[in-house]
Order: sequence, then C-alpha cells, then structure tokens
Amino acid sequence: MSATDTLQTSTPQRDGTDAADLPVFATEKTVLGVGVSTWPKIIAPMIVGILALAGWEFAVWWNKVPHFVLPGPLLIGQTLITDWGTLSGSLWITLKITFAALIAAVTVGVALAILFTQSKWLELSLFPYAVILQVTPVVAIAPLIIIWVGDINTSLLICAWLVAFFPILSNTIMGLNSADHNLRNLFEMYGATRWQTLRYLRLPAALPYFLSGLKISGGLALIGAVVAEFVAGSGGTASGLAYRILESGYQLRIPRMFAALVMVSVTGIAIFLATSWVSHMLLRRWHESAVKREN
Amino acid sequence: MNAPVLSRQIPKPLVALRGISKQFSNGTLAVRNVNLDIPAGEFLSLLGPSGCGKSTLLRMLAGLGAPSAGTIEWPTMDYDASGQPMRDLGFVFQDPTLMPWATALKNVMMPLTLKNVSKAEAEERSVEALKMVGLAGFEKAYPRELSGGMKMRVSIARAIVTRPKILLMDEPFAALDEITRHKLNNDLLELWSAGGFTAVFVTHSVFESVYLSQRIVVMAARPGRIMADISVDAPYPRNEQFRTSADYAAWCRVASEKLKEAIGS
Ligand SMILES: Nc1ncnc2c1ncn2[C@@H]1O[C@H](COP(=O)(O)OP(=O)(O)O)[C@@H](O)[C@H]1O
Ligand SMILES: [Mg+2]
Repeated sequence: MSATDTLQTSTPQRDGTDAADLPVFATEKTVLGVGVSTWPKIIAPMIVGILALAGWEFAVWWNKVPHFVLPGPLLIGQTLITDWGTLSGSLWITLKITFAALIAAVTVGVALAILFTQSKWLELSLFPYAVILQVTPVVAIAPLIIIWVGDINTSLLICAWLVAFFPILSNTIMGLNSADHNLRNLFEMYGATRWQTLRYLRLPAALPYFLSGLKISGGLALIGAVVAEFVAGSGGTASGLAYRILESGYQLRIPRMFAALVMVSVTGIAIFLATSWVSHMLLRRWHESAVKREN
Repeated sequence: MNAPVLSRQIPKPLVALRGISKQFSNGTLAVRNVNLDIPAGEFLSLLGPSGCGKSTLLRMLAGLGAPSAGTIEWPTMDYDASGQPMRDLGFVFQDPTLMPWATALKNVMMPLTLKNVSKAEAEERSVEALKMVGLAGFEKAYPRELSGGMKMRVSIARAIVTRPKILLMDEPFAALDEITRHKLNNDLLELWSAGGFTAVFVTHSVFESVYLSQRIVVMAARPGRIMADISVDAPYPRNEQFRTSADYAAWCRVASEKLKEAIGS
C-alpha cells in the first residue's frame, strides 16, 4: 500500500483502459496474397535448393557418373514426366491409404481422448494398451497384421493408423485437461452440464494441442503407409510408391527410383504444409503460437 | 466502532454464514468459525493480509467447496430439488479468466448460453453489459487484443450479464496499475449504484476497501477469522474528491488500525 494512494489528486484522461484506445494489432501488407514477412521464408530455402540441385547436376555431369549409380536432377525430372502414368497411379494409392489412416487416427484418437477424460477408470485401464500399440515397431507387427487381415490395402491402412493415432490421442487428452482451473470453476458455478463444459470449454481448450498432434500424425501416417508397404512388398495392380521404389531397385531403374522418392518427399511436405495451414487458420486470432508478435 | 455492527435489525439478510469453518485435506485450517450476515444491496469488503482465508470464504459463498462445519443460508433464494440453493451470483477472479478463443462478446455471453437463454437475447444483453463497463464497440475483439484493464472490464461484464443478486469479487484489481485501478473502482461504484446488486469485495488494500464499501470486515490469518466489522458511514456517490478528503483519511486510519491489530494478534 503506497502513500501515493492518498496523494492522488486527479485522474488522467486516458489510462489505457478507455474504450477509445484502439487495441494493438495491425494488418500486414501482402504481395501476391502472401504477407511481406512470409516471402523471405519462401525465397531463402528456394535459393538454397536451386543452388544444391545445380551443384548436383554439375557434379554428375563433370564426373560422368552413370545413371544407375546417381542420376542428375534433370534426368529425374524427365523420368517423373515419362513415367507419370505408372507413378501417379502409385501416388494415388499411397495418398488414399495415408489419408484414410489419418482420418481414422483423428476419429479414434479424439473419441478415445474424450472418453478417457470423462472417465478416470477407462483411462486407467485402457491407456497402457494405447502406449503398447505405440511403442511396438510397426515393421515388427506389419507381417502379422497382413497374415491376419488378408486384404493388403486394409492391412496397410491398419499399420499406418497404428503409427498415426497415438500423438493425436495423447495430445488431445492433454489439451482437454488443460482448460483453465478458474474457468472450470466458473462453469461449475453456472451449473454447466458435462456436455456444455466439453463443448464450450474443454474442446476449444484442446484445439491447439490436437492440432500439434495432427501435424505430427500427418507425417507419421505417410511414413506408416510407406513402411508397411515395404514390409508387405506387394505387387500387382494396387501398388503404392514404396513398391515402385523396391521394384525400380531390383530393375536397376535408378532414375525412376529417385522419381518415386521425390514423390514421397513432396507428399510429406505437402501434408505438413496443409496441416500447418489448417492449424494457422484455426488459431491465428487467439493462440500465442499462431499470433504475430508485434513488440 | 469497536462493537460488531451485527445489531442492525434487518429481518432477512441476503446470505447468512453460521459458524463456517474450512479445513483442507492437508490439515490447514483456512477459516474458523465465521459468522456473518450480508444484507441485500450492501457493498461489503473483506479486508485482510494474504493467506487469511478471504478467497476460501468467497469461494464457499459461490458454492465452490463445501464448508467443513457450519451452514451458508440464502433466505431469499430458491432451493432446488436436492436442497442446493440456486445461487444467483456473479464472480470476478483476480485474473480476468477469459476464454482466449472467444471474442469479448462470446465471453460475456457464456453464462447466458450455459443457462440456455436464446442466442438473440443473450447477444442483446451481452452487448448491453459491455456497454455498461465502457467497452461498446469491442464486441469482436479477442482477449489478447485488449489491455489488462479492458480484460478486467470484460470479466465484470460477464459477471453482471445475468443480473445477479450478488457480485463476488476476489481482489479483482490487484494486478492492475494504480491509475487503472482507481478508474475501475469508480466505474464499479457506478455499476453498483445503478445495478441494485449486493457486492462482496475481497481486497488486501485498506484504501480500496474504504473507498468502495459501506462495511469492512477485517480478517486475521492462521486460522482465518473475523477480527472487526467496521461500517464506513461516508455518503455516496464517492469520487476523486472523497479520495482526497479528510474524512477518507480518517476512515483509512481506523481501518488500518484494525488491520494492524488483526495482524498483530
Ligand atoms: N486447496 C487448498 N489446499 C490446502 N490449503 C489451502 C488451499 N487453498 C488455500 N489454502 C490455504 O488456506 C489459507 C487461506 O488461503 P486463501 O483463502 O487463499 O487466503 P487469501 O485469499 O486470504 O490470501 C492459506 O494458508 C492457504 O495456504
Ligand atoms: Mg486470495
């Protein structure tokens, strides 16, 4: 308690709590629809990439490296175009498995997380098994799953799902439990039902956690789909990118192998960008992680 | 002013605390044998050093955590089938405690949404409440876009939007700078004069309690108990003139003495 409390003689007109004081946030200039501050993030890695590719092409040409050892980026690009028919079919299959697995992971992960946070007993008795599923390497159980399930696509889906669902489960549980203690008290005071508390408080509070789980799981679903296909080594009509890589390896068609590899990487990057974008759009107005700092 | 001013003959207090004690599971006796009647419409401050059980007492009033002994009666409120009072109250925490994902308007609407008031009506009343706390035009702002004082105003708007009979406040302005605090004190008094609610204001500041309240209940710690009950008979409206008056200084001295006694004992 300071003495100035009693010496205060007049109140300044503006104290920062006046409604007339505008909040501190500004809109940024954009070029081609992308924020000015975002462009360096695009241009800098691009320059590095172009320099690296040029160096690679030059090294292959200068040392006369044979194609079946290391093809140059130009040849890989060419192969991507000439083999597009086969490769795009495989890409489509891998994409389908990846997204189906991701959707299943989100559905099961979120549903289980909600169940677990509603009933302590359910969580206590089931969570350890979720951990066991998570820590068992998918390569080790993939053969078993393939034998049991029979259908190769379903097996791959299950494997990819197994890899992808845990981050969503554990992140969402953490998020649901992260709602502010006093906000929960407030909901209790107003006699909120369980459903209202979930709908208006716990689910929104869980959103940032869920989204960071989704970012991890998106990549994991792709990895799961590819790894499981390597294990399955399937051929025939329904063959994804992993099988193309294996097949090209056996046939020493190294440029095609690289082309398939490029497609896997690009898919992974695209999934990461897509999930990051979704996350940014959902959180940009309110969450510290997505908000632009201005100080 | 030494005798407790419980002798005023008001037939039905808004809330009556009878022999309230609270012991936590770790053994801490946070509150011991508190008896207190709060008449409807009163502005009452709970004044005491940190740790004397002010928050615990306020939370029990709000129905958060039952007392270990004693009863809290709300003679004028309805009781539900299970015998629980349907407390008609608003609560303001020390932190604004807003939902960061929701706009100011949505935050203020929440109590009404939880009470299943129609969206149109909830919106109308929330816009009104924001206007009353001086935040007209900030409906669409998110909490992070508002200053500390503005967030506190949103929190107050949320507490009064249900037009509660009693407003419980737990050191709501303690984290704000002095200028903002004085301004919010004035605005709170204005709301109280206009709103017809009972106010229970927890604070550790003698100056704040004297400036705001009709009655100051002084508490002491270990265990938390009531040491004095002072009625501040200065007229309202109180404003910056009151803050510099000799009257105010005299009341502050009285309250300070009681507080010193309470801490010393
Ligand atoms: N949940 C709790 N469990 C155990 N002890 C508590 C709990 N909450 C408060 N206390 C103790 O009770 C006493 C009163 O606390 P509180 O009501 O918060 O005091 P005040 O608000 O006056 O500062 C303190 O000694 C504090 O440590
Ligand atoms: Mg406290």
